[in-house]
Amino acid sequence: MLTIRNLSVNYGAIRALTGVSLQVQRREIIALIGANGAGKTTVLNTISGIVPATGGTIIFEDRDITRIPPHKIAAAGIAHVPEGRKVFPRMTVIENLEMGAYIRRDKEGIKASFQEVFQRFPRLSERKNQPAATLSGGEQQMLAMGRALMAKPQLVLMDEPSMGLAPLLVETIFEIIKEINQSGTTILLVEQNAHMALSIAHRAYVLEIGEIVLNGNAAELADNPEVRKAYLGE
Amino acid sequence: MLWQQLINGLALGSTYALIALGYTMVYGIIQLINFAHGEIFMAGAFFAFLMVMVLKVNIFIALILAMAFCMLLGIFIEFVAYRRLRNSSRLSALISAIGVSIFLSTLALLVFGADAKGFPDGIFPNGQLQLGSVSISFLQILIFVVSGFLMLTLQFIVHRTKIGKAMRATSQDYNTAALMGVNVNMVISFTFALGSMLAAAGGVLVGVYFNAVSFNMGLLVGLKAFAAAVLGGIGSIPGAMLGGILLGVTEVFTVTVGFSSYRDAIAFAVLVLVLLFRPSGLLGQKIQKKV
Repeated sequence: MLTIRNLSVNYGAIRALTGVSLQVQRREIIALIGANGAGKTTVLNTISGIVPATGGTIIFEDRDITRIPPHKIAAAGIAHVPEGRKVFPRMTVIENLEMGAYIRRDKEGIKASFQEVFQRFPRLSERKNQPAATLSGGEQQMLAMGRALMAKPQLVLMDEPSMGLAPLLVETIFEIIKEINQSGTTILLVEQNAHMALSIAHRAYVLEIGEIVLNGNAAELADNPEVRKAYLGE
Repeated sequence: MLWQQLINGLALGSTYALIALGYTMVYGIIQLINFAHGEIFMAGAFFAFLMVMVLKVNIFIALILAMAFCMLLGIFIEFVAYRRLRNSSRLSALISAIGVSIFLSTLALLVFGADAKGFPDGIFPNGQLQLGSVSISFLQILIFVVSGFLMLTLQFIVHRTKIGKAMRATSQDYNTAALMGVNVNMVISFTFALGSMLAAAGGVLVGVYFNAVSFNMGLLVGLKAFAAAVLGGIGSIPGAMLGGILLGVTEVFTVTVGFSSYRDAIAFAVLVLVLLFRPSGLLGQKIQKKV
């Protein structure tokens, strides 16, 4: 579904990614783990077109999306739940969700998606007319996820959904990610919480200072002594 | 006397509000003080003047044509002078804006000369409405109706339409709006189009109200409208409306109490005071970032 080959990204003179290659198959959850500053967010932002690639290619559904603008990538079926949630603070919950469905024109389908999102996140339904800035961190995460689902995406990029959330809430959020995947959506998940990420992912990649150093089956990676030492705190 | 001056102040303030909206909307989206905005206001007034003189159209047709012309002018200026500088420092874009401003006023000077031009007599009926001791001229009624209608339409566009919501989303988070599928360049063009249309309407109304259209009219009124936008809270649409009206009323009352030579100084004194004591303006955003 998504194939990244030999991707490099520079920020000015600083090299952020070097020869990153990865693959996401339909219906998978792929985890991309690594330390702070390894370049995980840059990978997602480059897929979305927010950050320009210096070299390499990104192919989505047989189409080269390496150099097309972000709004066209969204229209191609990739939704992005950005790092730090990035809800529109002065728009209501409903308006935020409407923005998620911006690329769609099927009014009936959008209505159905509202129902689905409110069913999955009842808290959002309770707060639908509140500005997003008044929501708690967990609710904002749910809103950012709901907003992505409103686009009916083929692939969802999720950037640090656990950031700043209480452990119990993190479990809930990951449970929901699993459900979203089981209902047919492919997920590329970036996480610092490697333990949680590996527990729900099918496969995973380990990013270190801009390069993929390991990849494989998530369960096997979780047992890999190097991974355990570096990312699982053992 | 008091009510009369209030009406006069509201009329003047409504035109400031129309112009202030363009500053605030553009700032809200790309954090640029569009210093050419005052010249778009001037261009609107001149275009309507030309239409009235050459094509002999009535003032309403001239108003609509001027708005259409300035809409295109605004889109064109953004495309030529600002778009390429979007990712460079803010100072570069600001200098480019000042350049466009000087270019347009100089062009108007070359084409129309230095003298102020007046609309022909009878362009708008001269009568007035008498309400007790207060008289409201038909021209003032025109200003209230046109600016009220335009501001309500703007509120409708910004809050109820898809493109309006895209504008708000873009002003709150540029990159995330793009992730939603918003064509940010298109939204920016649309914002310039809206702001420039409002400025053109302001230009025509001011040109008819004071019966003077001149190449440098955009400078002072533009700066005052900018002060009004800062007073209301730059980036805030209701703020620009409120700031414009407050500034207009303050200015008229300054004249009433006998300080007419200081009328222009008032706007800038307000600007300085707001920046000193309430930099976010009356209705500016003070939402804290959650970490």
